[in-house]
Amino acid sequence: MNSPFPHINLSHLTIDDCISIFHTEDRGLLEELAQAARDLTHQYFGGAIGLYAPLYISNYCTNRCTYCGFQAHSDLTRRKLTLDEIDRECRALAGTGIRNCLILTGESSYHSPPSYIREAIIVAGRHFPNVSLEVYPLTTDEYRGLYHAGADGVTLYQETYDRKRYDELHISGPKKDYAYRIEAPERIAKAGFRHISMGALLGLTDWREDIPKLFSHIRYLERKYPGIEYTLSFPRIRPVAKDSQHYFEVSDRDMVKIICTGRLLFPRAGINLSTRENSEFRDRIIQFGITRMSAGSLTSVGGYIDRNTHEQEGQFEVHDQRSLKEIKSMLMSKGYDPVVTDWRNIVNQ
Amino acid sequence: MEDLFVIGGKTLKSRFFLGTGKFESKEAMRQAIIRSGAQVVTVALRRIDLEQTEENILSFIPEEIVLMVNTSGARNAQEAIRIARIAREAGYGNWVKIEVINDSRYLLPDNQETIKATEVLSAEGFVVLPYMHPDLYAAKALAKAGAAAIMPLGSLIGSNQGLKMKTLIEVLIEEIEEIPIIVDAGIGRPSHAAEAMEMGADAVLVNTAVAAAKDPVLMACAFAGGVEAGRMAFLAGPGHVRTTASASSPLTGFLFNE
Repeated sequence: MNSPFPHINLSHLTIDDCISIFHTEDRGLLEELAQAARDLTHQYFGGAIGLYAPLYISNYCTNRCTYCGFQAHSDLTRRKLTLDEIDRECRALAGTGIRNCLILTGESSYHSPPSYIREAIIVAGRHFPNVSLEVYPLTTDEYRGLYHAGADGVTLYQETYDRKRYDELHISGPKKDYAYRIEAPERIAKAGFRHISMGALLGLTDWREDIPKLFSHIRYLERKYPGIEYTLSFPRIRPVAKDSQHYFEVSDRDMVKIICTGRLLFPRAGINLSTRENSEFRDRIIQFGITRMSAGSLTSVGGYIDRNTHEQEGQFEVHDQRSLKEIKSMLMSKGYDPVVTDWRNIVNQ
Repeated sequence: MEDLFVIGGKTLKSRFFLGTGKFESKEAMRQAIIRSGAQVVTVALRRIDLEQTEENILSFIPEEIVLMVNTSGARNAQEAIRIARIAREAGYGNWVKIEVINDSRYLLPDNQETIKATEVLSAEGFVVLPYMHPDLYAAKALAKAGAAAIMPLGSLIGSNQGLKMKTLIEVLIEEIEEIPIIVDAGIGRPSHAAEAMEMGADAVLVNTAVAAAKDPVLMACAFAGGVEAGRMAFLAGPGHVRTTASASSPLTGFLFNE
């Protein structure tokens, strides 16, 4: 078969190759890409899929981001868990079998300062051997404090690498500072963390331009901080109420191209699959390179104790509502090995 | 006479060590251990659920098997030491495979930090098997630091590329007499394992090539066979590889009036 892209070598893919891959509708190339990504994932990860669950501890937020269900001016009930409530949420979540917990907060230096996040990590550490964070960008010293408290990973999405678009979508609040956010992964690395999870919110701008910039960002970090395990995430935007912004479409085919190029460029990196995707699509694309997914996710504050809260107030709509047990048996039936325990905190120093 | 070898006071018959990661199911892993006759397996401490809230990987490892916990995830000597101590406190014996990796793209081991961890842990009574880059100076330092064996990489972890490090491993086999040499990482085919054993390696550790095979149990048996064949060939003393046919002696024939 004559490939229309003789210059693309899938076993030595470069970030520059992404442009032609992202713009082509060539079915042959898409299939070759998918097979190469599947084989490489199998070689380096076997059937292992790491499972975790988010834990929302506070939804106070001073940012206004057009696309977010938690944004400051919505009429959402604001809530912050006390340490006792965090303890109970952790107990409920750990009781479902989850061993890896991702603590999330909105950005509010008053309601959820680093000291509060630190206390939450210590409480969560009593229930989970593996605690990670998805919180607003901090200084190196603040990050270091959280690493020492027992957190091992940080998730931070740049959202978009298009500065102008970033400015339009982030109407007000500290998040408006593009540079402070884009430099945060380096501060996380310097603070000592083991894992950094990065991503772009697909659809905010033309993903064909955003994704290569995300890849270059990770490649830069990988060279400078090789000891860190990197994970890539590709959440697709889901429209929320009262948002009049126009977003770019990201089709299922596009998603496959993005995941597969991510795998080929970063053979040993983690790739995370969002619960924003519906279960049918999730089940299909796991094989193209996914190594991590959340299971039994609730995106509201206090949702694991009080399931009713969750009905109305999640940050975004979870399209895959299956429990940990259901996700595990789905994975096993497809020949995957669900990994619930994948780290033991060893006293970070 | 049986061809046995001793590591850390254990007398072993099988020279095929197996890694336990990447298997499709824990039952397939268990079968691969049993059917291949492996006597030593390595498990990452990070994968062991110490609180035993879930199905535990260790319950799939037969009791008579020597468990060698590895320090996967350690980025420096300090972290490897902490992981090894946690494993011993949790009751998983005192065999530890030191993996210190500060490179998430190639997963290459850091020899300097590995030597430091080996010194500390062997002084604490661990049977230390360090995973290392096949460097002669590092190998000597590890032997001096008290390693029970050294485990040089054949090629990059998980790459299935075979013995890309062949020349350097041959140097280690030639020069390191005090402790066994176990070739680890990158062994992709039973023929690679046989080749390492023919060269004089004492044992071979395989994971990916078995776990990611279509039939992992059959592949584990194939590797065990490859290791055994290679070992027998080594003991039998293979003939030297010659570049010319041995009948002709163009240089020295005159000494024999040819």
